Amino acid sequence: MRYVLRRLVLFVITLWIALTVNFFIPRLMPGNPAEAMMARFHGRVNPSALKALEVAFGINTQQPLVVQYFEYLGNTFTGHFGVSLTFFPQQVGTVIATALPWTLGLVGLTTVIAFVAGTLIGLVAGWRRGGALDSVLPPVFVITGALPFFWVGLLLVLLFSVVLNVLPNDGAFEVTLIPGWNPDFIGSVLSHAILPAVTILVISIGGWILTMRNNVVTILADDYIRMARAKGLSNSTIMYSYAARNAVLPNLAGFAMSLGFVVSGSILVEYTFNYPGIGYMLLQAVNNQDYPLMQAMFVMITVTVLIAILVCDFLTVLLDPRARTEG
Amino acid sequence: MTAFPTDATTNQAVIAPRKKGRRPNSAGLAVWRAIRGNGKAMAGAILLLIFLIAAIFPNLFTPVTKPNDRAYALSLPPSPDHLLGTTSFGQDIWSQLVWGTRETLIVAVVAGALASILSVFIGVAAAYLGGAADNVLSLLIDVFLVIPAFPLIIVIAAYANGGNLWVIIGVLVVTGWSYGARQLRAQALSLRRRDFLESARVRGENWLYVVVFEMLPTMISLIAANFLGAALYAVLTAAGLQFIGLGSPSSVSWGTMLHWAQSAEALQTGQQWWIIAPGLCIALLGAAFALLNYAFDEISNPALRPVRRNRRNRDGQ
Repeated sequence: MRYVLRRLVLFVITLWIALTVNFFIPRLMPGNPAEAMMARFHGRVNPSALKALEVAFGINTQQPLVVQYFEYLGNTFTGHFGVSLTFFPQQVGTVIATALPWTLGLVGLTTVIAFVAGTLIGLVAGWRRGGALDSVLPPVFVITGALPFFWVGLLLVLLFSVVLNVLPNDGAFEVTLIPGWNPDFIGSVLSHAILPAVTILVISIGGWILTMRNNVVTILADDYIRMARAKGLSNSTIMYSYAARNAVLPNLAGFAMSLGFVVSGSILVEYTFNYPGIGYMLLQAVNNQDYPLMQAMFVMITVTVLIAILVCDFLTVLLDPRARTEG
Repeated sequence: MTAFPTDATTNQAVIAPRKKGRRPNSAGLAVWRAIRGNGKAMAGAILLLIFLIAAIFPNLFTPVTKPNDRAYALSLPPSPDHLLGTTSFGQDIWSQLVWGTRETLIVAVVAGALASILSVFIGVAAAYLGGAADNVLSLLIDVFLVIPAFPLIIVIAAYANGGNLWVIIGVLVVTGWSYGARQLRAQALSLRRRDFLESARVRGENWLYVVVFEMLPTMISLIAANFLGAALYAVLTAAGLQFIGLGSPSSVSWGTMLHWAQSAEALQTGQQWWIIAPGLCIALLGAAFALLNYAFDEISNPALRPVRRNRRNRDGQ
């Protein structure tokens, strides 16, 4: 129980720090970039929206910083992020809602695939320690871990879109198709997702394989494995029911650590493939100096990552009695 | 150090680190020996050396002195005059690549060094001070570990109007120290109760002396590994930032090259080298850091394991 409590405290404090940083960055920057943005959009945006933006960025306001701060926190928690300047007059919330499914579909799904496949490969590599798989994989993943993700994406584009011309490399679906549940559209979505998905897989699977392999190697030296062998249990029973079950738990905890890595990688991947998810929108907002959208995107990404980490923590507690008792 | 038996008595375990702590030079020698004896580490060291030479003396590799000048015909294919061809702005790709080494290495070394200094400082302070200070610092480490760093960097760089190299280095340090701090805290914690530190304290040495001359030398290989990890992180993140256009557009670096190549649709117009070459250099530099890390792992791990084991033994006694 203490473990859960500690993780909850960490969740709340991290969220609070992220929101506070988000509040203070535009106010501390020299030359007040928010003011420059307001000047640019004057006359193009209606006055009431401008007023709301002034409140959000602390321009032309007599209110003390503390009041602004709590107003900002209140607005954030009630989901009032203001209007987007790039996609005016859409609310920032609406823009996020259109982008989120693409990211969740692409990044979420590929992360789960990478986790399952990486864990399985790591299990086999660790089980046959010193075998062919085990001697090839670690050096390979030392190298792939040092590759720039977006460059991997660009190479895939070069190979599959430019040279072979078999897969699309731009957007999430064919723009001539009408979105809907018809085979053409679904096929188009899938074929557009292949290259970005493979890029994310290549950059994220290595970590799973290496940690799982190391966990398995450590666990195989434990007494209960020797006991299981002495009892004459079959190899596959020992491998899946004894070694894998215990080795996968630290891997689950490691999921939390690697999530930030996957998210940063996917921002670059979405940019490379013009994939209309959260990361792509974030960069759109940056390029158009659309600060309300940019800040909301940052809050959105932070909250999503933190919730995923929290879910992992709870899963660990649920599955691992040691985490429950040690606290 | 590798020959610690499982049932090493406390005495044996204490003598070894004291020797190591007394002669910091022996750690440097061990590093050199590990690099020389390890093929992977040697490959990494040679790669890094080549990049270093290119960064300090770029004119050894190319006669061009102003690689960003649009001095040549546009979009030339590779030829003896232009090893990798020219960009669609008329710049020589090979010379941009050579000159770009400098900024990339500066980011790697400066950001990597500052981040590891910060993580040594916070990690060791947390372990050494203990109690409430440790709780606060550990929480700080955890917070920085889970905050998604790259979006935060993007937001800061956007407000700072991109550009400035030192802003980028600053945010890389702020977001890159936490992982190392956690590792160093764990190791410093395992050292804290060791007799050679107790004896230094009994001698009446002040805490600064104890930390700098007794603790840090025993942690040197882990610190080096952390530096390499932080440098790798800095290279990849800075390249990503420059690629999405948040670096200075006029700077000469591999990430900026990739940015211009992507905006000019180099892949679609048949100028693959404009994309392949800078990315390959980033990958090779990254691989150099990662391979060197292998060497430090090999000398830091055997030192790590017996320490933990002995501490647990003693707690049990």
